[in-house]
Amino acid sequence: MSLLSVDELTVTFTGRGTRDVNAVSGVSFSVDEGQVVGLVGESGCGKSVTSLALMGLLPKRGVRVGGRALFRTKGGGSTDLLTLGRSALRDLRGPQLAMIFQDPLSSLNPVVPIGVQVTEILARHRGMRGKAARDQAAHLLERVGIPDPTRRLREYPHQLSGGMRQRALIAMAVACAPRLLIADEPTTALDVTIQAQILELLKELVDDQGTALLMITHDLGVVAGLCDDVNVLYAGKVVEAAGRRPLFAAPAHPYAHGLLGSIPRLDSPRGEPLNPIRGSINDTIAWGDGCAFAPRCDFYTLACLEGAPALADLPGAEPAAHLVRCVNPVLNEAPGAGDADDAGADTESDTTKEASA
Amino acid sequence: MLRLIVRRLLQLIPTLLGLTVLLFLWIHRLPGGPASALLGERATEADRRQMEEALGLDQPMWVQYGRWMERLVQLDLGNSVRTGQPVWEEFTLRFPATVELAVTGILIAVVVGIPLGYFAARRRGGWLDVTAVSASLVGVCIPVFFLAFLLRAVFAVNLGWLPSVGRQSTGIDATEVTGFFVLDGILTGEFDASWDALEHLILPGVALASIPLAVVVRITRASVLDVLGEDYVRTAESKGLKQRVVRGRHVMRNALLPVITTVGLLTGSLLSGAVLTESVFSFNGIGSFIRTAIDIRDYPVLMGFILFIAVIYVVINLLVDLAYSLIDPRVRVN
Repeated sequence: MSLLSVDELTVTFTGRGTRDVNAVSGVSFSVDEGQVVGLVGESGCGKSVTSLALMGLLPKRGVRVGGRALFRTKGGGSTDLLTLGRSALRDLRGPQLAMIFQDPLSSLNPVVPIGVQVTEILARHRGMRGKAARDQAAHLLERVGIPDPTRRLREYPHQLSGGMRQRALIAMAVACAPRLLIADEPTTALDVTIQAQILELLKELVDDQGTALLMITHDLGVVAGLCDDVNVLYAGKVVEAAGRRPLFAAPAHPYAHGLLGSIPRLDSPRGEPLNPIRGSINDTIAWGDGCAFAPRCDFYTLACLEGAPALADLPGAEPAAHLVRCVNPVLNEAPGAGDADDAGADTESDTTKEASA
Repeated sequence: MLRLIVRRLLQLIPTLLGLTVLLFLWIHRLPGGPASALLGERATEADRRQMEEALGLDQPMWVQYGRWMERLVQLDLGNSVRTGQPVWEEFTLRFPATVELAVTGILIAVVVGIPLGYFAARRRGGWLDVTAVSASLVGVCIPVFFLAFLLRAVFAVNLGWLPSVGRQSTGIDATEVTGFFVLDGILTGEFDASWDALEHLILPGVALASIPLAVVVRITRASVLDVLGEDYVRTAESKGLKQRVVRGRHVMRNALLPVITTVGLLTGSLLSGAVLTESVFSFNGIGSFIRTAIDIRDYPVLMGFILFIAVIYVVINLLVDLAYSLIDPRVRVN
């Protein structure tokens, strides 16, 4: 059994007087121990909401969460993260389940020294106090590449650079060696060279500790450089799920195909127009009426409008190795970009960012 | 931190100097000038001139200002027209009562208001929230003197739970040390005197606290709601911290910043509110003294009072700034 298996997760925002909004409408995926799984999609596709739902960090009011998220705990038992009580969840967060957030400045408490923000988690889950906790915190900061850690412990977030703040957040997340780390766009707020360093650091930590990583991103370069398995999200559903290689070599869903095709290439001639996906995420239809991507799709037929397509094996692929939610999948054709290794080499380049705009 | 304090203290000097200039100009712009104010309506022109000479008002302005300042730094605020006693002595006699009352008011506002605002925010839209928000609206709207009359009528006259007037029961034989009766009782070990003074403080204190309490509840509520939506609170939750730690270290520490500023500003208005409350409860503080001074245009007293209040305001502002920089490292200047 996987470390985490998410089954038909739904998140609905209900507001008084307004129409319900389905932010996540039936997402399923799994993460094995030590594996790096990517959750990819453009802004508003439900990837951050998915991660918050798993951590139990969504507000209680005005939100309806459905489905199951089975997590295998250290003892070997398995619990559903979505129905777990508050205090049980608090015990899990930190030593078993941890999260790295998007904006390191706003995610750190401005009026509490970095040291306290690191040691408080050690005090809570490891019972460490005083000098022992401070030493361990300094060790953690050093490990995530913060120079002069004992001085930094006394400083406040506004005294640190952006990259260092993100490193500090990572240090907090890995402080108790969690088994699953959720990283919600950890590099979005950073400049490109720092992005590469942070990704390198995450890779190292995952390799050292055997921590599984759920990487939430809109950056295909990050996916190519880091992830073992990739789930592509569109309008609150997984539309394609495959290993990194098959996905980058032969994306089957027209959306994934379009995403990879939209990446500008350095070797393309000057002046050649970019190759975006038509329309925007707002040009959509409800999954109940058909494929939500249909209005933007180059391949759509009337069959696309007969209810939501099922997430099914790609014809010709091994069972469960490459799943796609499409009635007209794109077969055996790599879009403009090359294979996975090529894309992987571009990790540091922001030219690989999804051309959703 | 020490450098910050010293620098802020030095910054007080120009502020206070500007204040004395303004006050001095104000007293000179009075219709007819201070001499005719002192002499009253039936004075003749000759009387006025004689008085002006006696007071040195025929001298150039800057000479007059210099003399006044010279006396001011020696804490000589002149003599009260009504009692003939030095203004400074009149103040030191009465101020402890007012300060005691104002402190009681602010304590009630803070001790009740902050938790109330916090829980109203936690259970937003719940019965506590709705009650607190509407009660605070009523609290702001009711005039202090009316509430004072109401409280006295109900709790002192009808129910007889608390004393209705004064600072001390007549039978109490208390030693006076500082003039702060509650403190005096504790210092001398006469706890019954402390308790008695406290009982006398409750009703006027509550009346006086009504507006600050309402403001503190609202500010705290809004501020907590703001902070609860912050990313760093979510981070704290994601670390699995105990609720106590999340609330104390991560929510309240940030949420209190605007509350501190507000409480500082309220303290000033509290002193003026004390004037009305004191007269309802025949509380022998500075309030009733100032009211008579206004009635008979006792200018030395009024000038002294304005200066005094202004200094208190400035000092409270300084304390607020220091408290702020103690909590929020971002405003500390390196």
